[in-house]
Amino acid sequence: MHVRPAKFFDENGRRLDGRLPDEMRPVDMKVGVLSNADGSAIVSYGKTKVLAAVYGPREPLQKYTVLPDRASLFVRYHMAPFSTEERKSPVPTRREVEISKVLREALEPVVITELFPRTVIEVYVEVLQSDGGTRTASATAASLALADAGIPMRALVAGVAIGKVDNVVVLDLNEPEDNFGEADMPVVAAPDLGLITLFQLNGVMTVEETQKGLDMALKAISELVEKEKQTLRSSIEEVDVE
Amino acid sequence: MSQEEKVKKVLVLPGDKVEGIKQAQNIYLFDYNGEKRAAVAGLLDIKDEGASFVPLKGFYFPNEGDIVIGLVTSHAAANWFLDINSPYQATLSIQDFFGVKQGGQVPDDPFTYLKIGDYVKARIVAFDRVRSPALTVQDKGLGRITEGTVVTVRPVKVPRIIGKKGSMIETIKSASGCDVFVAVNGRVHITCQNEILQEIVAEAIKMIETQSHTTGLTARVKQFIEEERRVRGV
Repeated sequence: MHVRPAKFFDENGRRLDGRLPDEMRPVDMKVGVLSNADGSAIVSYGKTKVLAAVYGPREPLQKYTVLPDRASLFVRYHMAPFSTEERKSPVPTRREVEISKVLREALEPVVITELFPRTVIEVYVEVLQSDGGTRTASATAASLALADAGIPMRALVAGVAIGKVDNVVVLDLNEPEDNFGEADMPVVAAPDLGLITLFQLNGVMTVEETQKGLDMALKAISELVEKEKQTLRSSIEEVDVE
Repeated sequence: MSQEEKVKKVLVLPGDKVEGIKQAQNIYLFDYNGEKRAAVAGLLDIKDEGASFVPLKGFYFPNEGDIVIGLVTSHAAANWFLDINSPYQATLSIQDFFGVKQGGQVPDDPFTYLKIGDYVKARIVAFDRVRSPALTVQDKGLGRITEGTVVTVRPVKVPRIIGKKGSMIETIKSASGCDVFVAVNGRVHITCQNEILQEIVAEAIKMIETQSHTTGLTARVKQFIEEERRVRGV
């Protein structure tokens, strides 16, 4: 179990892992990691690591999920039993069911489902290592995997969490900050469209803090989306621009 | 886009703006606040007369009249289900396969004539938003594929396999001496004198799929086939 740290900031104003309040953890992205999936991606924010796989659009196995005018988007968020400090039961928890739903709602505005009526697009997200911010890293990984699968999208999305620790607004919370901080605010957005697709708040933040946090989040998300594009570009080898 | 960047290929990703497009219709382009944007990764081919968008990823969307190659995956009481390399599963009725009119007599054991795993060349006769694509084999050259091999590629690569005015497919045919049929759904039927040649052509098709966005590909494919023929002695 985690123990509450005595203090969250050192004398230089740096956080437990040496970051400044508005600094992201090192982000790593890779696409096409699963050969059997139509599209896949692995994304890590520091020690948080998630794997996303996309299948479809394809005929749904369960016909009751069919929508007559568009493809139905199925998202499954799951934490591997070894992803947390204490072994987690592999059975989906209420939290995982909820995060699956919010992730689906975060992706639905950008996926052009109208092109493939009566089909299903399946997104499976597996948290391999959890150190806070898994739902936002999952949104980033899902977006990359969808683009890798060639699913038509209006824009790429990325996510990052904002929090409040010792009355300081911080970017990209890690596990201790998430557990013992005063607030946690995950944001998923599509900067190309100027669209926020997920906005949650757990805890208490003032209007000013929320505004400041949101500005920090949107700036970080723009950088994340740029990194997503670089990752996708490098996955399409040696494009000739003669 | 600056002037010096003109006449070139630009890689665009979902959400990127595409300017100067002359194509009227492309399902992978959409309008957002009056601007055209790409929905999948693709190449924007910018020329003096206007730009065109070539998707690098995408799916086969069935169209009535298309000749496709389907793989039989299962069957029901009166029809087969075929994977046509598309989000939609196609159906082929027993009556159509045997060319029997409604109420006519079909063989007692129809499913021994077309088995799971067989490839079928067929035409799409009906497809809308309510029903799955329906196939027919009642036309010249259609029916079960009995010889050669079938290679599946991503449907967006079909134009590259055919090439400008059929240049790529002609190169493959002349270099290998094989008969190659490219179906719009991304399945290529190769018929050669022997299996080794078939393998070489299949590898060449896969090479086009992975390197479709690079230049000088036709020459490389020709060189590959000639080299492999020499090495394998066919």
